[in-house]
Amino acid sequence: MAAELGPRAMFVAGGTDLFPKLKRRQFEVDSLIGLDFLPRAIRNRSDECVIDAGVTLAHASHDPHLNERFSGYAQAAGHVSSPPLRNAGTIGGNLCVDTRCNYYDMTYEWRKAAGFCLKKDGDICLVAPSSPRCWAVSSSDTAPMAIALDGLVTLVGASGERELPVTALYRDDGDRYMAKQPDEVVTCLRLRRSLNTRSAYVKLRRRGSIDFPIAGAAVAVELDGDRVESCRIVLSAVASYPLEAKAAEEFLKGRRLQEDVIREAAEIASKPAKPLDNADLSHFWRKRMVRVVVEQALARVSDQQPGLDG
Amino acid sequence: MRDVERVVLILDVNGEARQLLVPSHKTLLEVLREDMQLTGTKHGCELGECGTCTVLIDGKPQLSCLLLPIQLEGRAITTIEGMANGSDLHPLQVAFAELGAAQCGYCTPGILLAARSLLEENPRPTRDEIREALAGNLCRCTGYTKILQAVELAAERLR
Ligand SMILES: Cc1cc2nc3c(=O)[nH]c(=O)nc-3n(C[C@H](O)[C@H](O)[C@H](O)COP(=O)(O)OP(=O)(O)OC[C@H]3O[C@@H](n4cnc5c(N)ncnc54)[C@H](O)[C@@H]3O)c2cc1C
Ligand code: SF4
Ligand code: FES
Ligand code: FES
Repeated sequence: MAAELGPRAMFVAGGTDLFPKLKRRQFEVDSLIGLDFLPRAIRNRSDECVIDAGVTLAHASHDPHLNERFSGYAQAAGHVSSPPLRNAGTIGGNLCVDTRCNYYDMTYEWRKAAGFCLKKDGDICLVAPSSPRCWAVSSSDTAPMAIALDGLVTLVGASGERELPVTALYRDDGDRYMAKQPDEVVTCLRLRRSLNTRSAYVKLRRRGSIDFPIAGAAVAVELDGDRVESCRIVLSAVASYPLEAKAAEEFLKGRRLQEDVIREAAEIASKPAKPLDNADLSHFWRKRMVRVVVEQALARVSDQQPGLDG
Repeated sequence: MRDVERVVLILDVNGEARQLLVPSHKTLLEVLREDMQLTGTKHGCELGECGTCTVLIDGKPQLSCLLLPIQLEGRAITTIEGMANGSDLHPLQVAFAELGAAQCGYCTPGILLAARSLLEENPRPTRDEIREALAGNLCRCTGYTKILQAVELAAERLR
């Protein structure tokens, strides 16, 4: 149906991202395709957990199994927006949530007065006018955590079904930020772990009760005794896609998660993050705070029993 | 302007099945206020940020400014008008009135419903749990302290 209707149709799950944007005319559509038919179950297996795309963020954040075994994911879901929004917003919608920018998340009248930008209706970027691309910020809380937990998503579209790593869903482009086909629906997310995986998510935002992240760190660490066997550190809200801190992951391999190691790893992780002046608060401060959120997330996993929240 | 598509819907509002003919693009907030004259649900930001439009969907708080009625057939919708039992106010309403937890009152319907949902799930919430449950509801008048106290008082009376 989506393939037939083309670009003037969009999917809607909880509507908590899409409806405010339709009201501000950031999208203009003729048809909405409701995804209410998507299943809404969480299926636990010994070394993985399959979460249907229609599961609400509230459901995921309270699920006992997720809290015990994939605590970082439950934390990330519980830190999205506010309680009433989490009762409607889904985990599939959170994986596909639009990128954000101070010049774009505004009413039509505001954008018209300021001059439209290339993400909608215009032809230049107002943040980086000499750049040919859009730098709007990936602002999903759960996507970085799903990547850190080796997540796989299932997509179903007109040309069939496929499964791919969550990383492969995104592109380094604030405008066309999703790499999937427009007619493809995310139907479920599969998180994987070993017995020794610990995970945590730490988020920075202006108001702790509701705001989008302005920096966030999703960390999943696999330990062999007291040493790091492997780890993934993925940052939210510092680039147009969830940014993996690969150098810091390499650095941590084989080391003990002690204070000085954590501090150095956080310093390395913050290097590739280059926030621009298009989100809440100053981008200099946001850049400095990336180190702090990574440090806190690593400290949290270092104190954890396997899989338990610190 | 393009033709407005209208749909026939049966919505379960405050325990009553109501049949409506409404434009398919109208939000639940607009339908409640404009087509059903249930004006207790308030219009605020319309963008999901203030919580004054909170209603209960199957007992859980959601924001009526971001819901389409077309997606809500078969779900139980509760608005502030459904909170009192006839002329008997809900204990939360009584506690809010007694303690002065409402000043201008604009946030109150949403807060009462969010608090009711909390107390149905958790009859002994801590102050932090109440804060968390009401985190999506802004109040510009009270400074929140009286609201938290009123929820605690009602919880005590309901136990
Ligand atoms: C005040 C406010 C604060 C917010 N704060 C945060 C925050 O802190 N962190 C955060 O991450 N988000 C935040 N959000 C955004 C939003 O609430 C969440 O991202 C939510 O998870 C979106 O899910 P949804 O089901 O409502 O998506 P929808 O709004 O229904 O859809 C969002 C996008 O994803 C597409 N889509 C939805 N489901 C699928 C699917 N299964 N397959 C393919 N495409 C799909 C839609 O077409 C649309 O483009 C906030 C929103 C508001 C209004
Ligand atoms: S980064 Fe530039 S192009 Fe993208 S939304 Fe912001 S101003 Fe527009
Ligand atoms: S009017 Fe719905 S949240 Fe403000
Ligand atoms: S009493 Fe006025 S906004 Fe809460």
